[in-house]
Amino acid sequence: MKNVQKSKRANKGLPFFFKDEFKVSFVIILVSIILLITTFTFDVVPPILNRGIQPATFPKALLIFIILMTLLTFYLAIKNPWKNEKKLPKTFFLTLFSFIIFVIVSKTLDFFLAISALSIFVSYCWGEKRLFYLILVGIIFPVIVFIFFETILGLRFPPGIITNIYYS
Amino acid sequence: MDNLFLMLAPLFSSKLLLVLFFGTLFGLILGVLPGLGPTTGGALILPFTMTLDPLSAIVLLTSIYCAGTYGGAITAVLINTPGTPAAAATCLDGYPLAQKGEAGRALGMATVSSTVGGIFSVIILVFFAPILAQLAYEFGQPEYFALAIFGLTMLASIGEGSPIKNLIAGAFGILISTVGKDFMTSIDRFTFGINELTEGIGFIPVVVGLFAMSEMLTQSTLINQVFNRIALKAIKLPSKNDYKKTWKTILRSSGIGSFIGVLPAEGGTVASLIGYSEAKRFSKSPEEFGKGSIEGIAGAEAANNAATGGAMVPTLALGIPGSATTAVILTGLIIHGVRPGPDLFREQPDFLYGIFGAMLIANILFFIFGFFGAKIFARITLVPNKILWPMIFAVSVCGTYSLNQSIIDVWIMLFFGILGFFMRRYGFSVVPVIIGLILGELVEGTLRQSLVIFDGNWLMFFTRPIALTFFILSLIALAFPLIRSKQNKKKL
Repeated sequence: MKNVQKSKRANKGLPFFFKDEFKVSFVIILVSIILLITTFTFDVVPPILNRGIQPATFPKALLIFIILMTLLTFYLAIKNPWKNEKKLPKTFFLTLFSFIIFVIVSKTLDFFLAISALSIFVSYCWGEKRLFYLILVGIIFPVIVFIFFETILGLRFPPGIITNIYYS
Repeated sequence: MDNLFLMLAPLFSSKLLLVLFFGTLFGLILGVLPGLGPTTGGALILPFTMTLDPLSAIVLLTSIYCAGTYGGAITAVLINTPGTPAAAATCLDGYPLAQKGEAGRALGMATVSSTVGGIFSVIILVFFAPILAQLAYEFGQPEYFALAIFGLTMLASIGEGSPIKNLIAGAFGILISTVGKDFMTSIDRFTFGINELTEGIGFIPVVVGLFAMSEMLTQSTLINQVFNRIALKAIKLPSKNDYKKTWKTILRSSGIGSFIGVLPAEGGTVASLIGYSEAKRFSKSPEEFGKGSIEGIAGAEAANNAATGGAMVPTLALGIPGSATTAVILTGLIIHGVRPGPDLFREQPDFLYGIFGAMLIANILFFIFGFFGAKIFARITLVPNKILWPMIFAVSVCGTYSLNQSIIDVWIMLFFGILGFFMRRYGFSVVPVIIGLILGELVEGTLRQSLVIFDGNWLMFFTRPIALTFFILSLIALAFPLIRSKQNKKKL
């Protein structure tokens, strides 16, 4: 309880644009406005074919609702500030980075390779240094999963340098 | 009598028994592992259910649901970390009691009260789901729209965390459902020229992302956390004295859990918190709560398992999920071509009563597994995160890819994983997103079709008594948090 009050006090002292409540509200409203603008690019149904409301009306209403609720959240947060979140550790950013690497590798090289690389990378970053366990999570287990999905569900994984060897 | 026979049908089918056995076992393992749970597990296993017939598939999902909800108690008692959010209230007394050297007694009470709560809720399900389904015949498009709105407001009102943030999350979930071709006019919405998005955003990538991947990111921030594990010798059945002390609490919490479960909210999580606080309110020794009260464990555990059957009532009778896990079960039903609603009760009673029976058996099975195997299940938590989570990642990626064989689905899953992490970090629950996503098409579809019926006159909604009732209930639901916070301020 004391820690929460302490972190709330710490949050109170910051300029408003550094506060979490401002940053979060700003991002939500910004994204909502961009999406709201996008709704104006939706095709319009001619009146003769239109049944009920236009396809853009419902998303527009939702986005306006989200913006209004976010403004209300921000207003309430001025009275009652959010607690200041702890700084994220390095392992978080490394895991996040591994997601990006996964997307790039799965798109350019190979889907299986991407799973394998991410598993080894994450396991290593989280503190696993033993080679056997790295092989277990990075090679043995993905191979089992791969074969399992392929045989039980008849799944065909996207082509890539390793999957092509397997399928040929 | 016929229905009773239909309910017992799973007992006479070796295939269904096998499915139940594995479902319960898998559910327990998922429940025990902090961060996983029946929702993530159900979503991950959904692709595999394609190899099963519809009844076996739903039996598998429901057994995971029942056992997973109970499994969270094992970790709550032994390492003071709830295996599932629904077991959070169990930590409050389960762990202190375990610290006193009575882990076996705490888990024994958790097992018994979970089983009683679960069986009680199945009875409620058997009696009330057909009644609700019968009522649903009176529902037209405007009534379904009002009901869906009521569901979303309830989620905001009694869900976990801030009601306004829950509303934002729910609206965001509905917004996701609008991505793709508009179902009435085939006009593209939010597709940004990406062909794969014209079919919309799938439910599974969002669920796996918001639950499993966001949890993986959360775990990446906790790798230095050390759990104080309490050794378990054996589970002990509650003593006569314990039964005397808790039977009223178990029955009360079973009723509360079943009722909360029926409401479209966060099911077990909210039910266990209310069950726990009511147990404290009615207790002769409330001062023991938080210090290892056996009544506290009974109150929380009976309620969270009772919510499982309760949450299945609107899911099966109306096609409106009562919790995130039942949203996964609903998706399973739709994937297998089963349309929940009143017609299901009339046309496929064998299917429905098979599910009811399976849930009943799953509750008995997890009692047996829990009683004899809790010690083994507790050891699962010894698997280090640095090995467990990369493995979960591999299964999540392949599982998500398998449904549509689309790499875009995998990327969507990762996107929602990151989004889910930040949502949770800043106090936005991810459950309303899931419920919003699943209800989105219903909300928009019924609204637009109602407006066609009403010739664009919005006021006509208020001329329909059932719809009007749901709108009034929605207003009450929205006002409830305000009244509650004012009452709390007065108390202070």
